[in-house]
Amino acid sequence: MGRFLSIVHRDLRLALRQGSDSVMVVMFFVLTVVLFPLGIGPEGNMLARVASGVILVAALLASMLSLERLFQTDYEDGSLELLTLSPLPLEIIVLAKVTAHWLTTGLPLMIASPILAVLMNMDGKGFSMMMLALLLATPALSLIGAIGAALVLGSRRGGVLISLLVLPLFVPVLIFGVGLIDAAIGGFAIKSQILILSAILCASLAFCPFAAAAAVRQSVE
Amino acid sequence: MARFSGQDLVCIRGERLVFSQLNFTLESTGCLTLIGHNGAGKSSLLRMMAGLLRPAAGLMSWDKTPITDDMDDHRERLHYVGHHDAIKPVLTVEENLKFWAGLRSDASEAQANFKEALDVFSIGHLIDVPGRFLSAGQKRRANLARVIASKSPLWLLDEPTTALDKDSIVKLEQVIEAHREKGGMVVLSTHSDMNIKDQHILDVGTCAAARGQESASLLAEGI
Repeated sequence: MGRFLSIVHRDLRLALRQGSDSVMVVMFFVLTVVLFPLGIGPEGNMLARVASGVILVAALLASMLSLERLFQTDYEDGSLELLTLSPLPLEIIVLAKVTAHWLTTGLPLMIASPILAVLMNMDGKGFSMMMLALLLATPALSLIGAIGAALVLGSRRGGVLISLLVLPLFVPVLIFGVGLIDAAIGGFAIKSQILILSAILCASLAFCPFAAAAAVRQSVE
Repeated sequence: MARFSGQDLVCIRGERLVFSQLNFTLESTGCLTLIGHNGAGKSSLLRMMAGLLRPAAGLMSWDKTPITDDMDDHRERLHYVGHHDAIKPVLTVEENLKFWAGLRSDASEAQANFKEALDVFSIGHLIDVPGRFLSAGQKRRANLARVIASKSPLWLLDEPTTALDKDSIVKLEQVIEAHREKGGMVVLSTHSDMNIKDQHILDVGTCAAARGQESASLLAEGI
């Protein structure tokens, strides 16, 4: 556990020192959402209608934006080789890196989302469920994205390739995330959506570290 | 007395045979020096020994137990120095080394030792300097300090003298000597002559002979 935390700590420190990354992700998130009222017009009803979808899609794209950096810098400077060779199982190392990734991208996105929900004229009843949807969805996005990030190591222009690999896998998260918010606003039952989102998170927590670790092993061969 | 050996190792990279029928044996206090022309497979062999690369055929064992039986154990007993030095530009030398030391099972001991390790390579004064201000040689020395900070019996050094000045090479030779006296073993590849006592020399290039036909037959066998 101590070693797990030391990797998380190192990645957080790297993210803080390099600074711009997580700020950039949040800025991207905010700017993308801000573009929608400009694009489709300021009419309140229309914005409220699309708010949940726009916020979740923007969050999804923003968290994908930073995925490339998850393993790339470690791969380039040889750290990934040494991490692979450390006595700690690689799956744990991947999980630690994903945790740090979520703390620097998913969590800031979640915190920024209520402001954007106000901007999009979202019904107040949806706010708490939007936070819950993001709380369940963003870790799943980091976990699934780690597979893509590990698979493209060593290829040029990995960033575009990651989106092609990972976006289709994000679809269930998007559907049930938006479903949860809309159901809360409409006053319908929300239990099933919460359960399905939790199930997706649990499944990716169990499966993704193994898949990503296998891809990392492949890349350092 | 530990014993690390490999039999009939075959390395295939990108459907091309790099070497085959390669054997080696290394015992405590031993030093195996890999020589061979560029592309002979020295680095591949070292990566194979580290477990980064899987041999297409053949077996490596530690005290008669195949290393693939417990890779976690094998990783615990080795130190690998590759072409890259894994020094993060935004972390100080201290933070870099402390992190790597902390991942070992003897973390507290390793973290206590790293200052002396830096002094061995005379970069103790760089302890608070971020990695991006280090020269290539200083990065390499920091990387070697990582190796001596925590104890592992097997050192795998891939051209460790790259970017080092003459004094540091002498230091490295002394460090290797001291490690062997304590019962450690070293595998290193080099193009420059290092002054090391009782070293076994393995020419990886000779195992790459008759490359054309063997490659075809191995591929035909589906290896």
